[in-house]
Order: sequence, then C-alpha cells, then structure tokens
Amino acid sequence: MNNPLQQLTLRQLIDKSRVETEVKLPLGSAILRRDFLKSIAAGSLVILTATDGTTTVAASDDLATDKNLSPSLFVAIEPDGTVQILAHRSEMGTGIRTALPRVLADELGADWNKVVIRQARGDKRLGDQNTDGSNSIRFFYKTMRMAGAMARTMLQQAAAKQWGVDADRCTTKNNQVVLKGTKKSIAFSKLVAVAINLKTPNPETLKFKSSDEFQYIGKNFPITDLDDILTGKAVFGIDARIDGQVYAVIARCPVVGGVALSYDADAAKKVPGVIAVIDLPRFQGAPLFQQLGGVAVVATGTWAAWQGRDALKVKWDEGPNATYDTEAFSAALKETVSKTGQTLRSQGDAAGAIAKADTQVSATYSVPHLSHAPMETTCAVADVKTNDKGDVTSCYLKAATQNPQAVQQAVGPAMGIPNEQVYCDVTLLGAGFGRKSKPDYCVEAAWLSRILKKPVHVTWTREDDFRHDYFHTISAVHCEAGLDAAGKPVGWLMRGAYPSITSTFAVGADTPATWEAEMGLTDLPYNVPNIQVEVGKAKAHTRIGWLRAVCHIFQNFAVSSFADELAQAAGVDPYEYLLDILGNDRHLDLAALKLGNRGANPNEYPYDIGRLKNVLSRTVKHSKWARHADLPQGQGMGVACCRSFLGYTAHVVEVTVTKEGDVSVDRVWCSIDSGTIVSPDRVYAQVEGAAIMGISQAMFGEMPMKNGKAVHSNFDGFRVARMTDAPQEINIDIITSDAAPGGVGETGIGSFAPALCNAIFAATGKRVRDLPIKNHDLSWTNQ
Amino acid sequence: MATLNVNGKDLDVTDVPVDTPLLWVLRDHLGLTGTKYGCGVSECGACTIHIDGEAAQSCVTALGDVGRAKIVTIEGLSKNGDHPVQDAWREHNVPQCGYCQVGQMMTCAAMLKDNPDPSEEEIEEGMWNICRCGTYNRIREAVKTAAKEMQNE
Repeated sequence: MNNPLQQLTLRQLIDKSRVETEVKLPLGSAILRRDFLKSIAAGSLVILTATDGTTTVAASDDLATDKNLSPSLFVAIEPDGTVQILAHRSEMGTGIRTALPRVLADELGADWNKVVIRQARGDKRLGDQNTDGSNSIRFFYKTMRMAGAMARTMLQQAAAKQWGVDADRCTTKNNQVVLKGTKKSIAFSKLVAVAINLKTPNPETLKFKSSDEFQYIGKNFPITDLDDILTGKAVFGIDARIDGQVYAVIARCPVVGGVALSYDADAAKKVPGVIAVIDLPRFQGAPLFQQLGGVAVVATGTWAAWQGRDALKVKWDEGPNATYDTEAFSAALKETVSKTGQTLRSQGDAAGAIAKADTQVSATYSVPHLSHAPMETTCAVADVKTNDKGDVTSCYLKAATQNPQAVQQAVGPAMGIPNEQVYCDVTLLGAGFGRKSKPDYCVEAAWLSRILKKPVHVTWTREDDFRHDYFHTISAVHCEAGLDAAGKPVGWLMRGAYPSITSTFAVGADTPATWEAEMGLTDLPYNVPNIQVEVGKAKAHTRIGWLRAVCHIFQNFAVSSFADELAQAAGVDPYEYLLDILGNDRHLDLAALKLGNRGANPNEYPYDIGRLKNVLSRTVKHSKWARHADLPQGQGMGVACCRSFLGYTAHVVEVTVTKEGDVSVDRVWCSIDSGTIVSPDRVYAQVEGAAIMGISQAMFGEMPMKNGKAVHSNFDGFRVARMTDAPQEINIDIITSDAAPGGVGETGIGSFAPALCNAIFAATGKRVRDLPIKNHDLSWTNQ
Repeated sequence: MATLNVNGKDLDVTDVPVDTPLLWVLRDHLGLTGTKYGCGVSECGACTIHIDGEAAQSCVTALGDVGRAKIVTIEGLSKNGDHPVQDAWREHNVPQCGYCQVGQMMTCAAMLKDNPDPSEEEIEEGMWNICRCGTYNRIREAVKTAAKEMQNE
C-alpha cells in the first residue's frame, strides 16, 4: 500500500492529525460540568448517559462537587418541572437541535412546552460532536432514548412509592406520571425530590416505549429555532458578539501555501476605523485545520476592516501551487484513468471477460472542483486572555462550527494550551455542507485576539469563501463493461483518480483512500461476475475537503450514468435494466469486499439490495415511468439509485430541453429508505434541498483554477440554483420502518445528478459525461 | 454624524464613513443583526431591507445615500413576528438553516405590497434571492399563502 493513510477512515484521520498536533501539557481542571450546572436549579434530577451506555443519576447539588463523574449527554428535571435537554450536535439546517431532544422527551414522556434545549460546548466527554457524515440520529438515537428511559423509570418509581403500587403500573405523559387504568397522576415537579434519592436502575433493566406509543418520534413538529429565525433574532456565527469585540478581515494568498512578500500597512491604517494590521503565519506541513496565513486588518467594524484589507495591496510569493491549472489537470486525470491503477476490488477477470464479450462499452466521466458556499460565510469570535509573559490563560470562542471539538483541537495547539482549555460555544450555522467542520477561521480569530488582547470577530467575505475553500475534489472516473448477447454485463471495470481528502492531512498523500472509493466505486451493487475497481494517483494543489455527499457526487454520477449507457447499448428499458443487474435480493458481503460500511455494524446496517430495489421500484411507480417512452423529443425521464451514508435513494427526474439546448428540470421523484425516521418533515426538507443542490452541482457547479487561483469569487461567477431553476414538483416518498436509522442529509444527493443526465439523454440523445451541464451544447433538431 | 430612521426610530450613527454600506451600519454599529451578509454585491438578496417601502439590498446602499428615508428591517417588519409573510413561512416550515430567510421574507413582503396577486412567473421573477439549503419549493407555496392572507386583510 503506497499510502498508509488510505486505510484510515476520515474520522481516524482527523483524530490522527489531532494527536500529532496536540500539545502535551497536564490537563487543566475541567469546568464543563459546572458550566452546565450553573443553569440548572438546585435540587434537580440529572441524568447523564454516555454513548457507551453507562449512566449516572444524581442531584444537581451533588454533581457540582463530584469530580469523578464523567458527564455525557444529559437531561435535568428541575423542581418546577422544567426539563432541560442538552443538544450537543450543531444546527445547520437539518433540524437536529430539535430532533434529538425530541427523542429524549418522547421516551421520558415530557411535555414539549416545558422542555428547554441548551446547546452544548465542545467537550469530548459528550461523545462525537462532529455534525457531519449524516451521523447524528444514527449515533445518538439510542443514547437519547436511554437517558429518557432512565429519567422516566426513576420518576415512575417515585410515584409508585407514593401510591404504594408496583412501578410497572405507571406510565408517563405530558410531564406527569400516570397510574395505568386510573385517572391518578402526579406531576414530574412533585416527584423530583423523591426521585433524586432513589437507587439508580440498572440500564439493562430499562423498558423502552414501543413505536406505537411514540408521541413525538416520527411526528412532524416545527424546529425549536423557527420563531427566532423568522424574526431575525437567531444568532449565527456572524452575529456572535463578545463585549468589546473588534472586527477582522484577512488577506490570504490566493494560491494555497503562498506567503506575503510585502504590503502597504500604512495605507490600511489610514482607513478610518482601522486599529491594527497583523501578520498571520502560514500553516506548517499539511494544511489540516491550521490557518492559511496572511495579513489581517482589524477595525471597529467589518466594513472598515474590509476596506483596510483592500488597501494593503499585498504582493505574494505564491509558491509551487501557482502552476495549478484545472483544465490541464482534468485532462491528466483522464489520462491516468485510461491506464491500470492500484486495485481496490477484484473479482474474477474483468478485463478478460470484457475482451471476450459480444459488446464492449466504455465511457469516462469527470466532475470539476466545487465550492461549499453556505449562505453564511465562515465566522467566529474569540476572546483570548494572556498573562504578563504572554502565555495564554484562557481561550473562549463562539463559532459557527459543525464540530466544536475540532475547534478545540485546532485552537489548542495554536495557543499552546491543552485542547480542554479551549471553550467553544456553538452558534446556529447559516448552513455548513462540510465547510464548517474545518475550523481554520477559529484559529485565525484566536490568534488575533491573543495579540490584540481583545475579543476579535473574524468574518470571511464571500470572495474569501470562494477563493480559500477546502474544495470538493476534481475527478475522473473511467468505466468499461462487456455485455453478453442478451445485453447483460459479464465484466465491469472502473478506475477513479482524484486528489484525496487525505492530502489535507498528510503531505504527499496522492491516492484516493479506500473510504473515498467506497462511496460509489468499490461498493458497486450490481450482480456482475467479473468486477475490477482501481484508483490512480492524483496530487493535490489546493486544500481538498469533504462537501455534502463527498465522493458520491462523482462516483455515483459515473456508475449510474454508465448503467444507463449499458441499458441503451442493450436496448432495454433503463429501469428494467437496473432492476435486472441489481440481481436477487441479498446482502453484499461487506467483509469479503473489505468495505468499511462507515464503521457501522453490518448486521444492523447491511448493504441490502432488496431495499435498494424497493426504493427504485417505488420511485418509478410514483413517476408513472411507463410514459417515458411516449414523451416527445426534447422531453425525457431518467432514473438512478444508490446507497449512500447508509440510506437508500432512487430518483426519477423529468426534464424539458428546448431546441436551443436550454434545460429545465420539471419534476423530481425520490424514494428514500433510511430506516427509523424521527422527523418526517425535516427528511422531506433535506431531500427537497438535496434536489436543489443537485441542480446547482450538475447544471452549474464548477470552480476552475488558473495559475493556482480560484477563478470565481462570487455568485455571479459560481452560479447556484435559484427559484427559476427549481422543479415545479419535488415528490418525496419516505419508506418508514423500524430499521436502524441511516443517513438523510447527504443521502439525497447521490442519485440525483445521474438521473438528471440520463433524462437529458432521453430528451436529446446527447450524453453529458463531463459536468457541469451548462458547458454542453444540448440543442437538437427534429428527427 | 448621521441620523437614520430605522423601524420608526431615529438612531444616531457616529464615526462611520458615509460610503459604508448600510448593511454593516445596521449590523456592526446599530446592533441590528437580523439583516444578513451573503455576497456584498447584490447577487444573493440575504441583506434585503425596505427603504421607503421598496426592497433594497443594504450591502450596496451607502449610508450617505439614505438620508431621512424610512428603513425597515426584519426587526421592524411586525411587532410580534406575525406579518402575514412570517406566518406563511411558519405555516410551511420553510427555513432549514434559516440564514437567507430574513432576506427572502423582506423581498416577499415588498413584492406583495406592490403586487398582491402575483402569477407563478411573477413569483419566480420576484423571489430571486439565493437559498443554498434549497427551500425554493416551500418559499413558492409560502408566497401564495401570504398573498391570500394579505388579500383578505
């Protein structure tokens, strides 16, 4: 294996980079618990449930002094009946800040009107806080139910004692314990004092609600932040304030790795409001989440800082990445995938089978760099205090971050303090899409605050956001297949080449990692006797990051487009063809295929071909697919399906292409099966949004680079979908079941773009293999 | 010093150059952070406010050009968050991350004031703001709901 990082999962990779950069200092006393407890009334019942299932129950008064407690997720029931629930994942639009507390509240039998949701700080004892990878419900559904059941059981026992009955006869609803079969009830508030003194039940003996008893889980409800959002009161990272804060805008080299040679600090200081001009050091080694470096201008307001930044007129030493040109690079990637690469999956003899087959089909697909472009740019405010010697004595941030623990891990070493001494509060995020799990901007804010001895708010301008992103990679995927006389594939070969995300974490990493290839290539679900999957080398010349759906964006685009091309070659209906090559209902042998399955247990999360075929068939049925054959020229329907982030989706997209070649996406159907669903309305919202983001990516998405610099710097150049681009209908069908919860946020992306391009082919006979669609002449004449 | 009329109140702005965009004056100097920065070049609509009842992009409106015009921001759109547009957004659970929705609602409120019964095409043309979460289909429905409500008022 030429790249040892290949075998690491993304999560392990981030952990590894943290361990390597962590400052080895004795841990300071943890104050997390006290911070939480400050807001909890004396005499409350507090339940702390760790992700490993260990649970602690205590009175809030005891907690404040017990140093041995290891707090994790918690619920506190206060003497007045208020139920405080900790939300430890970041809210960036999925509704998670509401959904997980609803799970706990349901199991507890809480009255939602008495629930207060508190946003957690970054703290590794809370378990995973990296709100990324469509993991939140999957990781914490059980934990939240455990905490709710523990609290409920103790309250039931307290009531049972009072009534002199068996606790099994008690149930809970709307903040009351109810004696089954009677009208007797006692409010939680009146039971807290007794419950505190009860012996903690063994977690193994807890009884959980059955799904037909759910009051909140699986039901629609508004997100907890809705009113604040609608009235402008919601606090995002850009709105975060610390008394006395000043504002910074930073000049960074437009080429990754460059450094400032000279600049006009005096000109910047002449701008009214400018307070200081400060050098920021360039990152060392791999970029990780370190700051890019550059020159910061700090002022009394964002605009003054921005004007000061423009006045600097920095001259840069752009460094070796200044030769990067994506047009040439894309051609080189296609050359790479035309040759044998490193084998990641081999089954039978694909090359031999293809050579001997009746028909050979081959195609190469490409997808350019993409930007995350969340509506809110990256923003954070930091307040760093130092002693006389300049040593950091405290560090506090408020940040729009998907991962406050990553903030601790990045800021700690930069400040020379243990990670645990970095305190990071999480604001709402004006979306993230993966950008805000990379906290380079938090390091910048902390760095400036330490020097200025004031709270500093760093705002990235939109131009900064587009020029200095951790870009979605640039890729080429080559596919070859051999078909037998009946048109069935007997051999299937694929090669992918793209700069790997691992390059952001290790200098010189130049080969796609196994977990990247697994998002669409090595997990090929089709029942083909001979399969070969290879990856080729590709060096990174910019920071590569994960963007919503990650490698599914281009790998499922290639695989599902190619399946459609094979159906055309075989002369078979694309849906019938897909159903046929998916084969019998079965589970892929994940161990034999060496698939990591996102770390999920294959028994709980099998790769279930039956479920994949089910979403496919249902989407097709809802779209009234049969009519596709009768559509006139210039109209078309396309279909695709995939498993992504442990969920299953299929899309049918219906398009109109004018004679001049203008494409409109008229209607979209999507079936999604992600097992247990907590909030159906938010699942609809995510899948609706995924279709719109799919349109942005497939129709317009492209960040070219010339001379190492991103070509576009605002929405005029980097076009994204607007309402005029939105389909008239997005019809979503959620398959609900008791299966373990899979992903949702990213799952809706993978099958959209190929379904769209398959529809364009059906409408025009023109195959789009190189995204974005806007670069193609799709005009047609009557045939 | 300039005196701005914001949400019915006169507010003094000191030590801010007249070429400063109103967006940053509202946000950094007057503490009205409901109005959002998205692009700075009037491409996305996140910073939309009302100036004398018309929708305007505060990111490209200089402080010095506003004079005594009446400025309304999301903080002043309604007293209790119950403008028909806000109610419609609530009814359709429009927001995902919510960041752009202030601008969307301000655009919608101004549009419906001028055109209480917009056609599908007029809605698409009028609601030009960018939403990266992709809430357009819900916005479309919410605009229709708000239009109906405002016609009944």
